[in-house]
Amino acid sequence: MAGNDLLRVEDVDVSLSGRVILQDVNFRINEGEFTGLIGSNGAGKTTLLRVILGLQAAARGRVTVHGEQLTRSNRSIGYVPQKVLFEVDLPIRVRDFVALGVDGHRYGVFRRSRQTYDVVEEMLHAVEAAEFSDRRIGSLSGGEQQRVLIAHALVSKPELLLLDEPLANLDPGSVQEIIALLHSVATHQHVAILLSAHEMNPLLPVMDRVVYVANGKVASGTTDEVVRPDVLSALYGHHVDVLRVHGRVLVVAGENLDEQQAVPDHPAFVVE
Amino acid sequence: MFSSFMTNAWVSGTIIAALAGAVGFFVVMRGAAFAAHAIPNGAFAGAAGANLIGVNPLFGLVTFALVAAFGIGATSRRTKSDVVTALALVMMLALGAAFLATSTEYEPAVNALLFGEILGVSSSEILPVILLAVVCGLGLAVLYRPLLYSSISPELSTARGVNVTVIDTLFLVVVALASALAVPVVGALLTFSLTIGPPAAARLVSDRPNRALLLSVGFSLLTLWAAIASSYLSNLPIGFFVGTLSALVYLVARAWDIGRTRRFQRQLA
Repeated sequence: MAGNDLLRVEDVDVSLSGRVILQDVNFRINEGEFTGLIGSNGAGKTTLLRVILGLQAAARGRVTVHGEQLTRSNRSIGYVPQKVLFEVDLPIRVRDFVALGVDGHRYGVFRRSRQTYDVVEEMLHAVEAAEFSDRRIGSLSGGEQQRVLIAHALVSKPELLLLDEPLANLDPGSVQEIIALLHSVATHQHVAILLSAHEMNPLLPVMDRVVYVANGKVASGTTDEVVRPDVLSALYGHHVDVLRVHGRVLVVAGENLDEQQAVPDHPAFVVE
Repeated sequence: MFSSFMTNAWVSGTIIAALAGAVGFFVVMRGAAFAAHAIPNGAFAGAAGANLIGVNPLFGLVTFALVAAFGIGATSRRTKSDVVTALALVMMLALGAAFLATSTEYEPAVNALLFGEILGVSSSEILPVILLAVVCGLGLAVLYRPLLYSSISPELSTARGVNVTVIDTLFLVVVALASALAVPVVGALLTFSLTIGPPAAARLVSDRPNRALLLSVGFSLLTLWAAIASSYLSNLPIGFFVGTLSALVYLVARAWDIGRTRRFQRQLA
């Protein structure tokens, strides 16, 4: 399933208004890989996604795609932001909104080509949203809008899809549908997925890799390598227990460590 | 009503309405109604200042509208607050009042600039009005797609490579120029009703941006033509009719939208 090296984040530090948000971040994503970016609210997940998108400068380190330094608005990266509020009477149909992912940045008035609409239809079919392509985007449910946003991000044929908390505010049924859809995108279209979430359990069946963010630091690797008491305790600076119950993982806070424990020399912290 | 002395009113009114409909479509899409209300007040102060020092009012209108637009644009990006827009609005109104109080034609000038004057554009001003309107129209045509995209979602469009700050600034310039053209005819306090009512009605009626934009222009033209005719016949300020008819157009569109939604729900049931 996983292919060649696609994204590399190396030695990245990020500061906002003089405050260090992320420190010494290292991880990589391979082609077609499904990666969960896990962390609590305010951990710095959105900031990290913005750095990868080129919308936030890193104080140190570098981010590369296929070994080349990222530029802003890199066409090889698609993005689904955390919150997009569409007013009910916003005068745009789903198909026209998705088409903006192809030509919305271009100046001038021009007629869209048949080819553009063909790609739009293809993406709407891929995310199973073709049935509401003629409806106003603001009239759709949260789960339907999420599908449309994914189609919008995929329409420029990216190699990497970044999704910022796409499962937030969805009912459990929609959560499962969106995860299955994204897994299908990763598998069949060979698009690498980096999805941020504060709850990792829904992602466990599909995640190839996890990037765990806490306390301004990051641990990455397979779920078994990262979601362990020693690794997460070092990350949080507290003792943390990891409980596995009925196939679910629970991370439970324990007592403080006597001294701030350094991140151990564990494969999870090494960029492979 | 169609005699020669009314020609300027019809010509300038038609240009202003078409432009207000197009600009207003994006004002409503971007939720920038408050800025669209504040900027004409900058134009008001500029016209009053030009009146005081005896220069072409259009020069004062354009200059002050641009100052207001840039001021609101630059400061609101930093503070993300309506407070700056509100303060710009009252400051410009106060400045305009001071300019007019100092001049010799206080009362008629105040009435004309605040509430509109059907004969507010002289023959010598028609050509500059046409030229400025063409500049605004071309500006909107060039900006159309990134402007639409960033109006729907600044975050998505930024990630796709649209420079939202540049688009915002250029759009405010277009709003300023359109306001400078509209204030002498419709009045500073009521210009924004033309940039809000017809576009808000159009977006209820159509679900396609291109059609909604054209409908907005159409509703705006109908509103202003009806206002000119009503003002001529009743001798009341044109701004009064523009304000009330704009609201009426919106109410009719809203009623139509509610009716359509109920029919759709009945079909589903």
